[in-house]
Amino acid sequence: MTASRKWVLALTVLALVVPLLKPIFPDQISDYRLFLVSTMIIASIAVLGLNLLTGFNGQFSLGHGAFYAVGAYTAAILMEQANFPYWATIPAAAIVCFIVGYLFGLPALKLEGHYLALATFALALAVPQILKYKWLEPLTGGVQGIVLMKPEVPFGLPLTEDQWLYYFCLVTMIILFWAAYNMINSRSGRAMMAIRDQAVAAETMGIDIALYKTVTFGISAAYTGIAGALSASAIAFVAPDSFNIFLSIKFLIGLVVGGIGSLAGSVIGGIFYVLVDNSAQALTQFIKNDLGLSFDLSAYTVFGVLLILIIYLMPMGIAGGIYILWRKVKPARG
Amino acid sequence: MEQFLQQIASGLANGAIYACVALALVMIYVSTDHINFAQGEMAMFSTYISWQLMTWGLSFWLAFIVAVALSFVMGVLIERLILRPLHNAPVLSIIVVFIGLLAIFNSMAGAFWSYLIKEYPSPFPKSSFGIAGVIGPHQLGVVVVTLIVLGLLFAFFRYTPLGLAMRAAAQNPQSARLVGVRVDWMLALGWGLASAVGAVAGIMVAHIVYLDPNMMGGILLYAFASALVGGISNPAGAVAGGFIVGILENMVAFAGNAIEKSTGIYIIGNGEKLTVALIIVIFVLTVKPAGLFGRVVVKRV
Repeated sequence: MTASRKWVLALTVLALVVPLLKPIFPDQISDYRLFLVSTMIIASIAVLGLNLLTGFNGQFSLGHGAFYAVGAYTAAILMEQANFPYWATIPAAAIVCFIVGYLFGLPALKLEGHYLALATFALALAVPQILKYKWLEPLTGGVQGIVLMKPEVPFGLPLTEDQWLYYFCLVTMIILFWAAYNMINSRSGRAMMAIRDQAVAAETMGIDIALYKTVTFGISAAYTGIAGALSASAIAFVAPDSFNIFLSIKFLIGLVVGGIGSLAGSVIGGIFYVLVDNSAQALTQFIKNDLGLSFDLSAYTVFGVLLILIIYLMPMGIAGGIYILWRKVKPARG
Repeated sequence: MEQFLQQIASGLANGAIYACVALALVMIYVSTDHINFAQGEMAMFSTYISWQLMTWGLSFWLAFIVAVALSFVMGVLIERLILRPLHNAPVLSIIVVFIGLLAIFNSMAGAFWSYLIKEYPSPFPKSSFGIAGVIGPHQLGVVVVTLIVLGLLFAFFRYTPLGLAMRAAAQNPQSARLVGVRVDWMLALGWGLASAVGAVAGIMVAHIVYLDPNMMGGILLYAFASALVGGISNPAGAVAGGFIVGILENMVAFAGNAIEKSTGIYIIGNGEKLTVALIIVIFVLTVKPAGLFGRVVVKRV
């Protein structure tokens, strides 16, 4: 067992055990904090989806909010119209998003770099309008969106709703990261990375570029879609205007902060953007109420400045930066 | 028939705005190969500056000129301070920086001027301007102002030594440098001009879409569509593309209305404008990436 595996195992056990310590530390482990961690987990999955596409396959997307929206709406519509239980919407959202992502991957095959970014940016801008399309209104609820029920605790387990939601998200995340880890370290994963690094050489080696690129697009969309479906269950509400361009920008900041092409980085990125989002709101309250200034500090100012700074200072992201520091501090073993 | 003419006229007015933003995008694309995702937000920010100047008591046209001049400076500064150090950075880094700029401009406008939608005045007199029933005074004014700006830009690039130097720097930086053109500064000037043209578009459109930090989202998308239709490497094409897309946008909505009236089936309307732009973008990118007037890029593998 390598050192990194031990770390992952330790963190997983920690994540599983901590909520059960609530009777001992009732103040530190509140339901609200658990809910916040659940949204971080959901964010990590969404960032992982984007990372599979951009980090490991070299295709850019500024429009992953679209797949998140498709996942969320698939889950919400299935729960509302077809009385699906919340857990069954996860695979359904994955399948729907895989198909949508695969289909979007087909025209994306012809696009490189800036142009793919442009096409996906356009997609992200158009998503709220598409969701409000009149013919879809019976399904999507139009501007009002869909109000859902929070997942109930099954089997009479002695957990609160937020605790159960946390475990549900955590287990989903562990499965998805395990699957991604195995995919990256397989023949297919190496093919994906070969296409990213040297498409021509990869093709010469017999890799079917079109197939790999479109399927990667599908898988990436499926991951982000699962995150969307989880968020629909967690927030118990979906509305078109929450899936705007800034959602896609959040995924991008998660990707860049965590490190492009790093699985662990996706977790860091997800945690990071939720954290900044929340602290910025608190900070705005502080500025407005306590300092009496009419200045709305938005999380996006922080995000924007960080995006630019990280590109200058830590091009490998925070995960990469820590790794490099770690290597410097720790003498290499022979 | 009158309604049809009205739609064409309003298409021309929108097209003039798209043409300006598309031209700004193309000016940056031609010289640096970057697509400026923050172009719309920069224009929005300039529009807020002009609004602020007007509330401080300046007249519309004075505020217009000052805001456009400030936008020019802003564009030059962004190029020199933020993009210059990333000269040889990979594409993804550049895109991330543009998205960062977009987020900063959008949230700063919200922070300074709040997210509340504001009315923005029109400088064109209601009584004497425009043709009754066909084109409103503001629409005609927008077309006239943008045509003047585009004409000035054309004259600048075509007939002045500085314009020639800028074109040289964009087309062949190495040779331009050899004959003594300061290529770095030409790129910064190009950024300044693009930012100024964007500001003109923002100020002109603010009366129509109202002033708010997200006002340029849809316009930027249409400007992308215009630049692509015209060929993203061709400035004149981008202007033509702007007018084509502007008219097309209104024609699609007009046709949708006509269908709904005659058959009662709703297919497409004003609510689907961004979707139409998305379809244009993806269609042009996949079917004819060079656009109508662009250069076909042949890549050696």
